[in-house]
Amino acid sequence: MPYKTLSALCLAATLLAGAAHAQLAGVVKGVKGAATLDRLGSQQAVVVGAKVFTSDRIVTGADSSVGIMLRDSTMLSAGPNTVLQMNKFAFNSTTHAGSIDATVKRGTVAVISGKIAKATPENVSFSTPSMTLGVRGTEFIIDAGQRSE
Amino acid sequence: MDLIVVPVLAGLAYLMSQNAATLDQVVLLPDANGKVGEVVIKARHGVQVLNSAYATARTTGLQAVMPSNSEGAGARERYAAALHALPPKPVSFTVYFASGSDTELTPESLPMIEQMKKTLLERPAPEITVIGHTDTVGSPALNDDLSLARAATVHDLLVKVGLQAASLDVAGRGERELLIPTGDEVAEEKNRRVEINIR
Repeated sequence: MPYKTLSALCLAATLLAGAAHAQLAGVVKGVKGAATLDRLGSQQAVVVGAKVFTSDRIVTGADSSVGIMLRDSTMLSAGPNTVLQMNKFAFNSTTHAGSIDATVKRGTVAVISGKIAKATPENVSFSTPSMTLGVRGTEFIIDAGQRSE
Repeated sequence: MDLIVVPVLAGLAYLMSQNAATLDQVVLLPDANGKVGEVVIKARHGVQVLNSAYATARTTGLQAVMPSNSEGAGARERYAAALHALPPKPVSFTVYFASGSDTELTPESLPMIEQMKKTLLERPAPEITVIGHTDTVGSPALNDDLSLARAATVHDLLVKVGLQAASLDVAGRGERELLIPTGDEVAEEKNRRVEINIR
């Protein structure tokens, strides 16, 4: 019994610590079709106005897409059959310093880089399972193909 | 025998690298003004730098990154679903105030409120920042208050026309960020402003 209580406390503490470390990365500005947001192992439907935090994962279906505005005005969109994970995000709205780390596990993602890529481009990283991209103020598309991820 | 096998193997390896299935691909796009940035792609084997419009690179099953034939503007067709999902670009508005006043907008600035309302209605989950500024007339402390009061006035005007924002930040920057650099105690109408960013 004490063990159960202890492990429940540990779990609660871990979840709280996870929540405390999650940073607001951006806001969903558009959704087409069905898309889900995975957060700490639970899933919810993506809706316009939903907040995106670090370690959130956006998953789109066959005819779906999602558009996201990050806090530094980086614009991101996930095309059909896409898994996009926001690993890290930090932004200081006064100095524009910060960092972005996102992974396209499969599918297509379009990016228009924002203020962080202007102020501290070395801290902006996008990746796929086979490549890592460094970004200098620009627009591009990442196509990570159709994997089973 | 060996003399034959070696070139055949080399040829096979070459063919495999040419035909290996694409794993991942990146296409660099020119922005709305035709400007092109730069993307540096690192893979297990090699590095590619993309810095021209529609330049394309891919990795293959060999986990090497290599340049790929550009489809030119055709890439916009192929990736239309993702590109159409991009959010609308942020827009900025600036309104100006009468000297020393935190309530009186210049006559030319009044129509801007209607324009902002229109923009707000068009945008999904709009986020707004309202930042007030002053010229250098008066003390820095007074100008901090004045700039914030100006921002609050614009905020109230937006609420009056039915503002509905997902988030709203109101701030005053006093005389720290002059649009037109001047000495102290200089009245400059372009500096007596509130900047509104909607995204």
